[in-house]
Amino acid sequence: MSERASVPSEEADEAAEDADSAAEQAPVTTGAQSVVRALENAGAEYVFGVQGGAIMPVYDALYDSEIDHVTMAHEQGASHAADAYGIVSGEPGVCFATSGPGATNLVTGLADANMDSDPVIALTGQVATDLVGNDAFQETDTVGITQPVTKHSYFAGDADTVGDDVGEAFALADEGRQGPTLVDLPKDVTQGETDVEPGEPKAPDTYHPAEEADDANVQEAADVLAEADRPLILSGGGVIKAEASDELRDFAKEYEIPVVTTMPGIGSFPEDHELSLEWAGMHGTGYANMAITNTDCMLAIGTRFDDRLTGGVDSFAPDADVIHVDVDPAEISKNIHADYPLIGDAKAVLRQLYDAMPAEPDADEWREQCRTWKEEYPMAYDTPDDEPLKPQYVVERFSEQADDDAIVTTGVGQHQMWASQFWTFTEPRTWVSSHGLGTMGYGVPSAIGAKIAAPDQEVVCFDGDGSFLMTVQELSVAVRENLDITYVVLNNEAVGMVRQWQDGFFEGRRMASEYPWVPEFDKLAEAFGARGFRLEDYDDVEETIEAAREYDGPSVVDAIIDPEENVFPMVPSGGDNGLFALNEDHLEMI
Amino acid sequence: MPGPAPNERMRPEGRRNEQGIRVDPEAEATHEPRQAVLAALVKHEPGVLAEVSGLFSRRQFNIESLTVGATMDDDVARMTIVIEEPEPGIDQAKKQLEKLVPTISVRELEPASTNRELALIKVDGEKPDDVNAVAEMYDGTAVDVSTDSITVEVTGSQQKIDAAIDAFRQFDVQEVARGGTVALERGADTLQDDD
Repeated sequence: MSERASVPSEEADEAAEDADSAAEQAPVTTGAQSVVRALENAGAEYVFGVQGGAIMPVYDALYDSEIDHVTMAHEQGASHAADAYGIVSGEPGVCFATSGPGATNLVTGLADANMDSDPVIALTGQVATDLVGNDAFQETDTVGITQPVTKHSYFAGDADTVGDDVGEAFALADEGRQGPTLVDLPKDVTQGETDVEPGEPKAPDTYHPAEEADDANVQEAADVLAEADRPLILSGGGVIKAEASDELRDFAKEYEIPVVTTMPGIGSFPEDHELSLEWAGMHGTGYANMAITNTDCMLAIGTRFDDRLTGGVDSFAPDADVIHVDVDPAEISKNIHADYPLIGDAKAVLRQLYDAMPAEPDADEWREQCRTWKEEYPMAYDTPDDEPLKPQYVVERFSEQADDDAIVTTGVGQHQMWASQFWTFTEPRTWVSSHGLGTMGYGVPSAIGAKIAAPDQEVVCFDGDGSFLMTVQELSVAVRENLDITYVVLNNEAVGMVRQWQDGFFEGRRMASEYPWVPEFDKLAEAFGARGFRLEDYDDVEETIEAAREYDGPSVVDAIIDPEENVFPMVPSGGDNGLFALNEDHLEMI
Repeated sequence: MPGPAPNERMRPEGRRNEQGIRVDPEAEATHEPRQAVLAALVKHEPGVLAEVSGLFSRRQFNIESLTVGATMDDDVARMTIVIEEPEPGIDQAKKQLEKLVPTISVRELEPASTNRELALIKVDGEKPDDVNAVAEMYDGTAVDVSTDSITVEVTGSQQKIDAAIDAFRQFDVQEVARGGTVALERGADTLQDDD
């Protein structure tokens, strides 16, 4: 993966290894070496980045490190790849960019990571400190620009402390509620002399995330949950971040409580389990939304009650006592009032709750009701043979063929919804998507980050034609690194979600949403050096997927789908979850 | 078409208000905004004020005043932030502020805490005796006098400053500079205790 690894001869490799191990012993002499040492101390294995003037000293120090560098085509790709690496591995993903445009190009990825609480650490070059504030070449106020979209942004002004700044940023990204951090590195600081070795990564002394929740509060919440007639667990992305999926499964199965996940919580509970109602929200399953609407006691874990989940808050779980478990106190009662707040790490609190439950809730009738809803509102679509290919069919067939632990990444749009609806997820860290920010273009680089984090797992990226085009240049990275990724472009020659909303809410005035000029993605893939497939007919679906999966390297399936297919179920924005529409007719009723 | 249509589905009885609070007889009303004085100890380093003010603006908290100054400890600055928000908003502002990395401690001060604001009021200088008389009524002092203007310093509660400025209007107020609220808890209680 490393740029140095491309040196052809074995002797050169050995020489490089010797140099690496020698470098490990050598004391640091510059700020840049201290930065790299701090990353090594923190256990970083990969960096995704793009070279440039102000970050060059750090890259130079990286030359002597065993940390592998993956050169991305664009800094946005670097930040998304680092983000996906963080989701899949659970360890902070690292990205580098130079000052000015390099740093600003990272911002989308940092905002994305911030919304989804993904651990990312960004190191940006900055002009020398004596030029800061003078509008120097490639200068921007990176700390100022990124402060609102990171857990914290550091300006490292001193070669003696720059290593500890990086270590602190790394620890902060990882601990408590995970999220992105940034360290801005002026060139004179990274070039500056220092003999100070950075210490072990340590979060700032003002940062004290809660671990266990208060026992009395846990007991009170457990008593309420045990008494409920219609108990429900809402499992969010925080369950996965806290490595609490096993605890969730034990808890739900022991006390037989149905489980709904949020979209980022997909994989926290196996979707093929009878207690699973899959995921809720705007395009979630009808049965999940019926359960949310009718529960009388909701145990919500690691969710921030995003509006795509809740719809209008006045109609969200209107009968429910809400027990809210979250490691971030600021999430408690931010959007939905928590009757029983439990501040702590999801893994620890689930164990506490498990022990504190006085009995299983007496909820046979409720479970039966949930089962009925599953039958009444199945996830379905029409597949007449004479129609153009349905995207849901492609996803379903792929899900059946793929390995159980296959990782799915996506861009943002209709394809993202179909992928999450029709793929059956059973394991945490196998669903990688841009939820809170909804970043089109997340797909191509996120699959790269995911594959590098889990080289032995199958990686599939579902993308849309609009989303794919936004970061298509990163395909060159997948080719260069020979990453075995299957990209499936669900191609409807449109930004389909926009078009769907225009049809539903703007009288079908399709302003700037149809893309009849998109390239032939199979040929584009070949131009990049990847393998390209074109898929148009039902009869070819199995075979094409098989061929793309079998190809050892990046492949792109250009799946020409029904351009008029829309995403259902749907809760209109700000609507009532219980009033989801299963089709256009329903949409007109609500 | 599977399942009952939207208007035929099982519906619960309850509802929540616009702040996500389940509506019951006790919590029926939406909370009305009230004024809250938050005091925060923060690390005294560059960019902290921008970080705090950025937090308040991007989260749309209705900020009335924000002051910042040094403390006895060179590494720590103290901020006093007055906001007007419904109860859940005040709670949220406090928790978001606590979350910032440079924040050491945050507390909402009791309504009875000692709150002071400083104002410099520049008025026309034609009637110095009258200006002095009004200034005395508000425990103010003339701090600068020229042939054309008099500048008076007044300190006190926000209401007192408002009243003083109103009273000075009769002398043609030329300019006002207000410092924003600074506040300390009454008694021996200090914010350092929360550290």
